[in-house]
Amino acid sequence: MPDQPAPFLRIDGVSKTFGTFQAVKDVSLTIAKGEIFALLGGSGCGKTTLLRMLAGFEEPTAGRIWLDGQDMTGVPPWERPVHMMFQSYALFPHMSVAKNIGYGLKHEKLTKDQRMARVREMLDLVQLTPFADRKPHQISGGQRQRVALARALARQPKLLLLDEPLAALDKKLREHTQFELMSIQERTGVTFIVVTHDQEEAMTLADRIAVMDKGQVKQVGAPGHVYEHPDSRFVANFLGSITQFPARVSSVATDRATVEVPAFGATVETGLIPGLAAGEALTLAIRPEKLTILREKPAGLNAIPGEIKDLAYFGKDSLYRVILPSGELISVHAVNAKREDNRPDWYDKIWLGFEPASAILLRD
Amino acid sequence: MGPQTRRHPLAEWFHRRGWSDLIIGLPYLWLLVLFLLPFVIVVAMSVATRTPTAPPFGYGGDNPVINLNGYARLLHDDLYIRAFLTSLLNAANAMILCLLIGYPMALGLTRVSKNWRNVLLMLVILPFWTSFLLRVYAWMGLMGKNSWFNGLLTSLWNWATPEGWAVTSIPMMHSNFAVVLVMVYTYLPFMILPLYSSLERLDPALDEAAMDLGTRPFGVFLDVTLPQSVPGIIAGGLLVFIPAAGELVIPTLVGDAAQPMIGRVISDEFASARDWPMASSVAVALLLIMVVPTMIYSHYQAKADTGERK
Ligand SMILES: Nc1ncnc2c1ncn2[C@@H]1O[C@H](COP(=O)(O)OP(=O)(O)OP(=O)(O)O)[C@@H](O)[C@H]1O
Ligand SMILES: [Mg+2]
Repeated sequence: MPDQPAPFLRIDGVSKTFGTFQAVKDVSLTIAKGEIFALLGGSGCGKTTLLRMLAGFEEPTAGRIWLDGQDMTGVPPWERPVHMMFQSYALFPHMSVAKNIGYGLKHEKLTKDQRMARVREMLDLVQLTPFADRKPHQISGGQRQRVALARALARQPKLLLLDEPLAALDKKLREHTQFELMSIQERTGVTFIVVTHDQEEAMTLADRIAVMDKGQVKQVGAPGHVYEHPDSRFVANFLGSITQFPARVSSVATDRATVEVPAFGATVETGLIPGLAAGEALTLAIRPEKLTILREKPAGLNAIPGEIKDLAYFGKDSLYRVILPSGELISVHAVNAKREDNRPDWYDKIWLGFEPASAILLRD
Repeated sequence: MGPQTRRHPLAEWFHRRGWSDLIIGLPYLWLLVLFLLPFVIVVAMSVATRTPTAPPFGYGGDNPVINLNGYARLLHDDLYIRAFLTSLLNAANAMILCLLIGYPMALGLTRVSKNWRNVLLMLVILPFWTSFLLRVYAWMGLMGKNSWFNGLLTSLWNWATPEGWAVTSIPMMHSNFAVVLVMVYTYLPFMILPLYSSLERLDPALDEAAMDLGTRPFGVFLDVTLPQSVPGIIAGGLLVFIPAAGELVIPTLVGDAAQPMIGRVISDEFASARDWPMASSVAVALLLIMVVPTMIYSHYQAKADTGERK
């Protein structure tokens, strides 16, 4: 990513209301040229609606969209340099694969040879040359998805919108196609906005992600940042798994805070968040992989006593459910780095340790 | 669970009883008894010889047992040739007009809300609730010289054309124009319904995809909607053309007696001339004219279908 990306796409306070239902609420985003940006959120949170406003199928009820310095308000879909890959692919069933891919090119001032060359180039890009003359129902789901991608890329759009591009594929093909998408994006340099409700997919594909909930963007940032520094309980919960406990700040030092967590039956040390004051009630959240299971009470580290309630051994790693003194459960993820036989077992009394910086404090 | 899909219990019961074969067979039985058998009888009559007996035909006598006189006359007597041409022309005109009027209506039906759609579909089939004859008589009234309808068209004509062209009324009745007009009115639902059912199945996302790729709405219609509705156009076209070409009542009531359509010729040969072999020959010829193109079409359609499923 460039240091100071020029705002290639600017979404400025965009809302969309259907009747009395507000599907998208005051969304503002800027997206840089050549970026892969993922919109992540649960079903019905307004991802498709936002994408349709970018493509021009819906007009925003409020707000504006600027693309490459141009106000998109009132510009019909057929005049926007934005192409969309539909959730259902929407391939033309009466046209061959090659015709589908070349469809948008008839609006370009190209000779027949140039057009055919472009189609061939696209077929090559998505590795479908042998299927050029087939109809869409004569190829597999994954191949259809690639035709849809090639069709959307053929006119060299400034911005490509992909609505759940991989949802219809099985797990293996999906993983493979993710990397294919990324390499195609790299080669073409087109800006991608990918809609997905699969957080792993979003984190693999995207330079930055926006997590949406009920029509609002909750947080935007690089996947690693959003995962490690969620700023709301919703985002913390939505990305990966996490256990959350009510907590109260006891004291604040220059680089540490001491937080009392009733569920732990103890106070723990945490990092700081801006404006933290003693006595503030908030939520302490901790991800399973940040916890260490120990036989003996550790010195220095935050330490919580517990007992193994449940465990799942997956070979390379294990998942534990640990019951705390208060009776609440916490998940712990451990990598089985050593080949040892005395791994914690059911009903073992153990200690959980974690770094102060690993605890996430959430106000919202 | 294996790959074998389980049948619905009811279907299973029918199957065990051997009833499914019966139910599948019923339509074929229907076709056999009510279509193929009568057709065989008509073919048999068409090669008989006319006699003054009752029924008025027999085989052999002075003539060969298989008497092809009727078919020979079809080719030589230009009464029949003209009747065929009039029929095909009127039917083709009615079909094209039904398509031009029906297509926008069917497309409109797919674009309105669900509630409106049901109301409008109701209106499309509403005319079937009144007697067909009554509706034809109503048109006769409308087209007659003294009707308000004719009066309206007459004043429109007089207003739109230069001085010398003025008329006192428009001679609509007893013309091919009247026949086509009433046939279009009568058969329009047969065009709209198959068109609607083929248009309704189209995925609206395809229209959006075409627009997204730079095509304006009318181009989307030409590129996406029209090609995919071809089966509906052909089904509607056949449903209008076939009955229109054999139509008897409409040309008899509103048509030009000097240019009879083929249905009228068959009816006259049977009833007034009592020449059953001739009437049967005309009927067989009409059927062949209708059926052969339909069969060729469905042959290619089936071939295209299996080709696509490969
Ligand atoms: N044309 C419409 N009229 C009324 N409500 C609509 C319309 N389109 C979408 N909605 C509503 O807006 C909300 C957001 O829909 P949207 O399709 O954007 O969700 P999404 O995030 O794409 O969900 P999914 O992951 O299930 O595809 C939903 O509650 C939906 O019911
Ligand atoms: Mg969606």
